[in-house]
Amino acid sequence: MTVKTTAVPEQRGAGRASGAAPKRRKATLRQRIWRERWMYTFIAPGALFFLVFAYVPMLGNVVAFMDYSPFRGFSGSPWVGMQNFVAIFNDPEVVTALRNTLVIAFLQLIFAFPAPIALALLLDSLMSNRVKRMVQTVVYLPHFLSWVIIISVWQQVLGGGGLVANLLSGWGMGGFDAMTNADTFKLLVVAQAIWKDVGWGTIIFFAAIAGIPQDRYEAAAVDGASAWRRIWHVTLPGIIPVTTLLLILNLGNILTVGFEQLLLQQPMVGADAAQVLDTFVYFRGVLGGEWGVATAAGLLKGAIGTVLVLSANKIAKKLGGEGIY
Amino acid sequence: MSTATAELPREVRQRRKAGLPPWLNPAPLWLRGIKAAVIVAIVVTMLYPLVYVIAMSFASPQQARAGVVFPTEYSLDAYRAIFNGGTVVTGLQNSLWVTVVGTFLSLTASAMLAWGLSRTKDVPGSKFILIMVLATMFFSAGIIPNFLLVKSLGLLDSLWSLIIPGLVSAFNMIVIRNFFMNLPTELIEAARIDGAGEWRIFLRIVLPLSKPVLAVMGLFYAVGYWNTYFNALLYINDAEKWPIQVVLQQYVLAGVSIPGATVSPDQPPPPGITLQMAVIVLATVPILLVYPFLQRYFTKGVLTGAIKG
Repeated sequence: MTVKTTAVPEQRGAGRASGAAPKRRKATLRQRIWRERWMYTFIAPGALFFLVFAYVPMLGNVVAFMDYSPFRGFSGSPWVGMQNFVAIFNDPEVVTALRNTLVIAFLQLIFAFPAPIALALLLDSLMSNRVKRMVQTVVYLPHFLSWVIIISVWQQVLGGGGLVANLLSGWGMGGFDAMTNADTFKLLVVAQAIWKDVGWGTIIFFAAIAGIPQDRYEAAAVDGASAWRRIWHVTLPGIIPVTTLLLILNLGNILTVGFEQLLLQQPMVGADAAQVLDTFVYFRGVLGGEWGVATAAGLLKGAIGTVLVLSANKIAKKLGGEGIY
Repeated sequence: MSTATAELPREVRQRRKAGLPPWLNPAPLWLRGIKAAVIVAIVVTMLYPLVYVIAMSFASPQQARAGVVFPTEYSLDAYRAIFNGGTVVTGLQNSLWVTVVGTFLSLTASAMLAWGLSRTKDVPGSKFILIMVLATMFFSAGIIPNFLLVKSLGLLDSLWSLIIPGLVSAFNMIVIRNFFMNLPTELIEAARIDGAGEWRIFLRIVLPLSKPVLAVMGLFYAVGYWNTYFNALLYINDAEKWPIQVVLQQYVLAGVSIPGATVSPDQPPPPGITLQMAVIVLATVPILLVYPFLQRYFTKGVLTGAIKG
């Protein structure tokens, strides 16, 4: 529903492709549907897909209010009202998962979110376009690797028998293993996230920087602004709208803190350090069979995300910026 | 005076050559030095782990066991052993099948839907459907309802469960739709006046004109299918049907040894570490192969979607 208004301006161009504009007004709805009947053959498969795989599962969330078991099915499982939610709030594991989620989300927000901005500014300040393009080619690459590959590679470099451990033990410092250290695990998670997506994240900031009119830089330079001051007074204000937009969108996903990434590493560092809400849902529900409790936790997470997006959007608008809708 | 006029033209010429505006002064040497150092550090951090894994997968058994920073003696034993044992090969085959079939179906369904939703003014009801599709970018039902749905459709333990639940991405569909809506209208108009049907227009005019966007979106879908991990973990129990990412997780991260991975019965198997490295390489190589093609287009692809979405 959040996109209702953003979708509207796009429609304007859509009418261009149609013929017979003056006649259309007189045509009844039925006639219009009949005239465009072939268009529905294009829409039907995709629309059916979204109905079945995006909207039907939404209904599946009723499991959160049931004592569900796959054996009894939807019709045979008793309704339990809010009992599953009460169970969540009294579950110490949920508290751990929530705390880990919030800590990682906070670290992501202060380290991983600004990292692409810094990298984009650095690359933008390079004089040589060839160097710029070469660096871009390298830093975009990890985005396309799966988490399984990335964690496997990190394991081979920072893990117990890995490259760094070998180097250090050669210098007399044995026992290095950054991959299984529960104390530093959350920083490791953020470092991996930065490694994977810092380059990819720069694309949108490059576009924003390219959209800043050159004469602003020229005017600033003529007024005697140094390169640093031009970044501070021209570039940064120029990318604020994009930054706000991304920040709002990120807030909606803030409780989704790298599900595959954490699921894969949980066996190495233990649940105390690596349990987050999503992995809790997976372990409790799919593996543990407590479908109702796990779905309730997932639903709660989704609801918090929606509230966060809506309120961040409101705040952004209050501060005079542009929201996402 | 004479030195100034002698120096100035050269600087101007250099700037013109680099396409830089005249007011832009080059940074002082120390700053350029710091920048270069930072950039080299970033590039090494991104690339060295990958280069190291590739190199170690080819390392000789002695050097692999000793743990060197960069191998100097090479051997193909790890790859020979892996291609003898069945599990990794089956994983690669499963992933290849899912990637090829999935990409084809996803691209077909996305392009059809994009065309169907490209004239919301004319086609009654299509705007409503567009909004419903866009809304799915902002929420998802969660792990368990999706699992229950796939289960009740009888797709568990089938490779189709890795394709069908994620068939169309709303984001990719919108990017294709934007491209369609920016196609030159004259040709399409003329065909319509000549009495060509929508399917004919779509197949003969729209698709051939849209090769660039279809290529990028196809590559995005293909990378997504190749990298599928969690859905396979969730929906597929049968080890014969595991895609390569699950195989990788089992044999590299969970540390299970690869069954039957020997070069020949009378030879000791290659060290586990080179086998692991080789599996990582095999799971990564297809991505590295398509990456140059991907890279040419994705900035455009990401931005069209980002601006409209």
